[in-house]
Amino acid sequence: MLIGKPGGIPSSEITPKSVFLNRRKFLAGVGLAAVGGVGLRDIGDLLNPPLTAYANAKIDGIQKSSFNTTEAQTPYKDVTNYNNFYEFSTDKYEPAGLAKDFKTRPWTLKIEGDVKQKQVLDVDAIMKMAAPEERIYRHRCVEGWSIVVPWVGFSLSELIKRVDPLPKAKFVEFTTIYDPKQMPGQRSNVLQWPYVEGLRMDEAMHPLCLLCFGMYGEVLPNQDGAPLRIVVPWKYGFKSAKSIVRIRFTGSQPLNTWQQSNSHEYGFYSNVNPTVDHPRWSQAKERRLGEFFKRSTLMFNGYDQVASLYAGMDLRKNF
Amino acid sequence: MNRLRILKVFIFLAALIPLGLLGWKAFHDGLGANPIEVITHATGDWTLRLILVTLGITPLRRISRQYWLIGVRRMVGLFAFLYATLHFFTYIWLDKFFDVHEMVKDVAKRPFITVGFSAFILMIPLALTSTAWSIRRLGGKNWQRLHRLIYLTAILGVVHYLWLVKADHTKPIEYGILLGILLAYRVGVWASDKAAERRRQAAPPAPVGAGV
Repeated sequence: MLIGKPGGIPSSEITPKSVFLNRRKFLAGVGLAAVGGVGLRDIGDLLNPPLTAYANAKIDGIQKSSFNTTEAQTPYKDVTNYNNFYEFSTDKYEPAGLAKDFKTRPWTLKIEGDVKQKQVLDVDAIMKMAAPEERIYRHRCVEGWSIVVPWVGFSLSELIKRVDPLPKAKFVEFTTIYDPKQMPGQRSNVLQWPYVEGLRMDEAMHPLCLLCFGMYGEVLPNQDGAPLRIVVPWKYGFKSAKSIVRIRFTGSQPLNTWQQSNSHEYGFYSNVNPTVDHPRWSQAKERRLGEFFKRSTLMFNGYDQVASLYAGMDLRKNF
Repeated sequence: MNRLRILKVFIFLAALIPLGLLGWKAFHDGLGANPIEVITHATGDWTLRLILVTLGITPLRRISRQYWLIGVRRMVGLFAFLYATLHFFTYIWLDKFFDVHEMVKDVAKRPFITVGFSAFILMIPLALTSTAWSIRRLGGKNWQRLHRLIYLTAILGVVHYLWLVKADHTKPIEYGILLGILLAYRVGVWASDKAAERRRQAAPPAPVGAGV
């Protein structure tokens, strides 16, 4: 199976999503079809399913967004080969290979906690809830590097509105899948698994906060958090939970994994903030991948429209 | 003498391989998405590895009774210094681009930079006194005493690594364990030498003429 875009398989060879979905229906009827005398070639196709469709299928009907930055986008090969995804490995160059066979279907998202109706949603149904938008966001890692990624998804608020949280729900907690069989990084305890992240309700409802299932016009590659992730562009990258299987609404502030791991260095808010250094390194500057000179890091990663969410808060204390 | 020369040539070439690889990758788009980070990590890793190799030579020559191996130690040490220097310049040139203000803040505020910087500074007198002339000039005893600074450099180097990683401490701990074994060996030798000396002093003087 191929992950890298510029690899050996020309795009004409990649199974179009429509064909791929038809084939899934077809698979369901395989027993019947076999009895009906399907040709040998078709059986061969069934035994060797078009896995590339998962990673590289185009997403149709993508709308433009007014939130887009005009800055140069980071090359696809960098965004897909340089990943902090500790579930696979703590080495950023390894998830691309280790996530190759990660299964993203079937995939469900549990909606739990303080909601009118607890439910389990299928990822394919979620993707149809609203029109997909391309959101070209800056993405700043707490380690001091940054990228510009054309994510595809829609505002998380679209989902939240549909699942009807109760008034007592003040926070939203995201949980990443726990599957050490598929995720070798989870077999060691560098962090406590499963990975948990969280947002305050008003942060989660902010239109910039993205429920993401694609990038560069295509379905999200496994190593970038497929099939469903959160993208919070004004916070350090680790706040953007990947491969989520549960969203829980709660009255109390969730304990996110990095804070649990080291509360001196990682807080709940983790807004990009050049004036609050990480204890072990400065946050004043960042290196955009592909650039030699560092650039100044912007408050809220340049997303000033979220400043009002934190009016009156001491962001040194609430780092 | 000949085997020493062969080993020296071999180590000389082998120690240049990591540098050569970095250079080759740099010109063939092989350093990935964040080349400066790769160069920083590679030069840092090789500094620590070569420091551990220099510290391994004494136990190795004693245990194997191949005492001639001491002849390669200074060269390995100088290669460790070469990689430390590259690591240091990667930081001040490629990473900070001679931003003195930023670097001063780093050294003062970031413990892992402070210890890494100290470890490097402590290597400089060792590199400067690595010539045969210096050994003669200082006298073997003084020279040896000065070069025990490498123990401190090695400890600071491992601490530097341990303090900079976010969550996965596997590699710095591996280096730390190796260093612990190498230092424990020295403590063991020192203690048994001390004990032997004490026994010698406590033993009654040998009868005249008996020891011939």
